[in-house]
Amino acid sequence: MTEPRLPQEHATTTAAEEKVALATQWQLMWWRFRKHHLAMLGALVLIVFYLIVIGVDFLAYVDPNESDAQRSLVAPQPIHWFDDGKFAPYVHPLKGRRDPVTFKRVYAPDLETKVPIQFFGPGFEYKFLGIFKTDVHLLAVKDAKPEESLFLLGTDLQGRDLWSRLIYGTQTSLTIGLVSVALSLLLGVTLGGMSGYFGGMWDTVIQRIIEILRSIPTIPLWMGLTAALPNDWSVTQVYFAITIIISLIGWTELARVVRGRFLSLRQDDFVMAAELLGCSKTRIIFRHMVPSFISHIIAATTLAIPAMIISETSLSFLGLGLRPPAISWGVLLQDAQNIQALAISPWMLIPVLPVIVAVLAFNFMGDGLRDAADPYG
Amino acid sequence: MIAYIVRRVLLAILTIWAITVLSFLIIQLPPGDFVTAYIATMSAGGAGITEGEAQALREQYGLDQPFHIQYLKWMGLIAQGNFGMAIEWGRPVLDVIGDRMVLTIVISLAAIVFTWALALPIGIYSAVKRYSFLDYFFTFLGFIGLAIPGFMLALIVMYIGFAYFGASVGGLFSAEYADAPWSLERVWDLITHLPVPAIVLGVAGTAQMIRIMRSNLLDELRKPYVMTARARGLSETRVIMKYPVRVALNPFVSTIGYLLPYVVSGSIIVSLVLSLPTVGPLLLKSLIAQDMFLAGTIVLLLGVLTVIGTLISDLLLMWIDPRIRLGRQ
Repeated sequence: MTEPRLPQEHATTTAAEEKVALATQWQLMWWRFRKHHLAMLGALVLIVFYLIVIGVDFLAYVDPNESDAQRSLVAPQPIHWFDDGKFAPYVHPLKGRRDPVTFKRVYAPDLETKVPIQFFGPGFEYKFLGIFKTDVHLLAVKDAKPEESLFLLGTDLQGRDLWSRLIYGTQTSLTIGLVSVALSLLLGVTLGGMSGYFGGMWDTVIQRIIEILRSIPTIPLWMGLTAALPNDWSVTQVYFAITIIISLIGWTELARVVRGRFLSLRQDDFVMAAELLGCSKTRIIFRHMVPSFISHIIAATTLAIPAMIISETSLSFLGLGLRPPAISWGVLLQDAQNIQALAISPWMLIPVLPVIVAVLAFNFMGDGLRDAADPYG
Repeated sequence: MIAYIVRRVLLAILTIWAITVLSFLIIQLPPGDFVTAYIATMSAGGAGITEGEAQALREQYGLDQPFHIQYLKWMGLIAQGNFGMAIEWGRPVLDVIGDRMVLTIVISLAAIVFTWALALPIGIYSAVKRYSFLDYFFTFLGFIGLAIPGFMLALIVMYIGFAYFGASVGGLFSAEYADAPWSLERVWDLITHLPVPAIVLGVAGTAQMIRIMRSNLLDELRKPYVMTARARGLSETRVIMKYPVRVALNPFVSTIGYLLPYVVSGSIIVSLVLSLPTVGPLLLKSLIAQDMFLAGTIVLLLGVLTVIGTLISDLLLMWIDPRIRLGRQ
């Protein structure tokens, strides 16, 4: 690339400045995004979350639906990390018995025996990524059954392991957010694009629809729609029905952003130039306009995901969203619905944490993306 | 100005119409119809219903006719103030909803008042003292507030109330006033119970409002007229409160329109957790029992209330913003 020779007094451009001048749009965005520390942190947390989504079977150490009344409501169990000053994590096995007065099951650790915890040890068999057959898990116990001795986060009323359930719930909740947002994006970009590009009648009608949808309280509406789902539908059918219901309302915000971008870009000089040069409409839209607002769309999409996650969690919490045996954060929180349950088993509130962390991470990352979306501004 | 009002009112009517269609859709969606459900409940309760009575009911609601005719019949009944029967309760829908609707409105309003009372001063402070410790503190709190859905906050508050104060924070009335007729003492009892639900419901909205207020005011503070006012020796309070805050308030007011559906939505699910006697728990129960006339009416009434609230906020905006009042459009 031949740069024109600059006069002597301007020749002080440093290598860094030259780099900025030559950088592509995406490079500039990345640099700006990198400077937003909270956004970087959010991105990092999300990477971890989605690694969990990929590796659920590896991270869970027991089948999330395996229940046993003998292990009902075990409290989270402390792990002893050091044995005799050496790093050798172990747990004490629990002995459960029924309290003769309250009829509650109580558990006492058997301090005599130690069950060593093994990293990357064998457990139940599964197919990693659906391809490789293996039985290696992050956590396993030596010479014992994990479902009988390992209770990282305790168990629920049916004696199902909360840690493993939480891991599987993470998979459902985080993917349902993505699928709903993809559907919303499709609706939002199509309708918002039509609204912004054609204008006139289209614009009026679509804008009115958006205004109407936004002024309806969403939860009652969702509740009504999900309550109408047939009871005999399979878990997968309900999953997709829920994503569709959630995205039916979620698309409005994305449509608004797309429309705004189209409207402002339509008057920009470079679009006018392309028009004067005789470019076709398709070429103007996809070659000139889309690349300049795609970053905004990505930012708006990221910011839309947490709302979807919260919607799913709320609906499932009410018992109107995903139904057991499906596991999601909302389904898990159903067990923490009343004060009696919370009083006896406060650890049932643990699924609140991943929801908050994931929503925060998406919000931070979305904020950073939005700031970085326009690197020339 | 008149054109603006007319446009707004027309839009509100259009929205209400859309809501009636959606509510009716909800009534229609589940398999079977209202009468089959009614018969099932009646016979489960031991009280049979004759074929003739069933036929009469079907005719009253036009259940043997196509969708749009049924819809028109339903609208006709509503126009006469007949919202149908709440099957489970064996009483007219309006009887069942009555008090609970009022309490839903009261809680929503309390949440909005809380939101405003907190967001306004904090937003102004954050903008004026940008990058100060408290600004960062409130920004941080705001992010957390936005990330916690209302019902989770309710769960957490309930747990903390139980574990550390040994008190139940749920409910809207003390036991002795729960079923008492309205009196001054009962109203006072209600007021003392309002803060917890209002705060739980208002937190997310407050966080959002603080952000909006802060960025609006920051935009205004950069403008030359603020510098002019300072240069002319106005006191700092006057410089800030008299002009920029007033201008920054406009978008603030217009967001009530969006705040209202949000708060009403939230109140449904928060009420369930905190066992508040609003329409929320009733709606959930009616949906699960497929008591569709009750559910449809609740969705309809909530929707209509929201639209009216939005309309009021638009008119309010017009009143405080001369640019709209004097016809920018």
